[in-house]
Amino acid sequence: MGRWFTLVCVSEEHSLSGSFEELALPLFDRLYNFAHWLTQDREEAEDLVQETYAKALKGFRSFQPGTNFRAWIYQILRNTFLTSRTGLKSSATVPLELESDEQNLPAVNDTPESILLQRSDRQLVQEALDRLPVPYREVLLLCEFEEMSYQEISATLAVPMGTVMSRLSRARRALREAVQELQEG
Amino acid sequence: MVCDGWTEKLDAYFDGELPACEARALQQHLRECATCAADGLAKVQQKLALKASGQRFVPDPAFRARIERSIAARRPSATFASGRRGWLPVFEIATVAAVLLIGAALFLTLHRGRGEQRLISELVDQHVATLASANPVDVISTDRHTVKPWFAGKIPFTFNLPELQGSPFVLVGGRISYLSQSPGAELIFRLRQHQISVFIFQDKELTDVRENETVRTALSFEVRNWRHNGLCYFVVGDASPQDLDKLSELLKAAG
Repeated sequence: MGRWFTLVCVSEEHSLSGSFEELALPLFDRLYNFAHWLTQDREEAEDLVQETYAKALKGFRSFQPGTNFRAWIYQILRNTFLTSRTGLKSSATVPLELESDEQNLPAVNDTPESILLQRSDRQLVQEALDRLPVPYREVLLLCEFEEMSYQEISATLAVPMGTVMSRLSRARRALREAVQELQEG
Repeated sequence: MVCDGWTEKLDAYFDGELPACEARALQQHLRECATCAADGLAKVQQKLALKASGQRFVPDPAFRARIERSIAARRPSATFASGRRGWLPVFEIATVAAVLLIGAALFLTLHRGRGEQRLISELVDQHVATLASANPVDVISTDRHTVKPWFAGKIPFTFNLPELQGSPFVLVGGRISYLSQSPGAELIFRLRQHQISVFIFQDKELTDVRENETVRTALSFEVRNWRHNGLCYFVVGDASPQDLDKLSELLKAAG
């Protein structure tokens, strides 16, 4: 009887591990890319990804099938980053304006041709992103590169959708300013 | 010209998050307002540039392999093949199934063996009781044509008795017997100084009895049993094995 019970438990464990790999491993490269953007260091990015996968596998039983796995694992990665040494340091320098969830930003017409970005300005954009505070950098990457919806970003960052929209608006403006500074630099 | 009401909607529009009716209205405005259209163009350019620039860092293949190994190591079986996620190897399943089947077969064999042993012991006890009884039979007759009809209506089957003339055996008589709550017949035969009991029951009531014939010794008595025509026969006595075999052959020949 014990052998049958063991067989059933092994089968269940196998099934769970198999499901986790099927969901998590296809996201590996993107998670690593995102981790590296956050940490700005290869070794820290690897540690962050490793810890993310360990936590996700450990907590996989609590994951609700049919819900957004991508948002779930990105949230784990982000939370793990925020509690790391680099993450704590980056949180300590968050600009005051980010504390505001104000959605009605002053309208600014800032569309001179000089700040029109071309896809070929890849290095320029990347350097500009590097200069942004982590909250702006991450929201831009989640929206523009990961193509997450506002709802997914809201779940990943654990903030209301209104905050997602206002933060995106500020982040885009900050990026434009950073590009301009680099171009004029 | 600054279009306050529309500018704040541009981000949501180009992110695909604006509700359909608002999106249609904004599209109409963009056709009419060059400033907002230019602003929109800049936003689209920025989105495309970010999309192209976002992929910057590529993981080391060795690092990826390390992560995959660490996930696999957390599974219960380290020998799990990557190409068959979520399934035990077939040979493991087959091995476990074989062990279980053999175990079940052994259990059933032992269980059945014990059951048959119990029946034999019970019949031997009945034979001993008959030997010790002052009234060993309910019908006394050496004539098989008298004994056989006596059982009619008393047991749910009929049986044939052999012609014993010319043999060393003598029919003493018979009595009703019970085994596993099933009624049957006990026939008493005498061979010189020995008394032999022949028990007959319906074989469908005795599932513990093996299909094939058996020869054994139980409590110093010789025992023979076999199945024939839906009946199960047991011959119990302290005569020689050859004598019991001879009586068994006569009974089998009678059908």
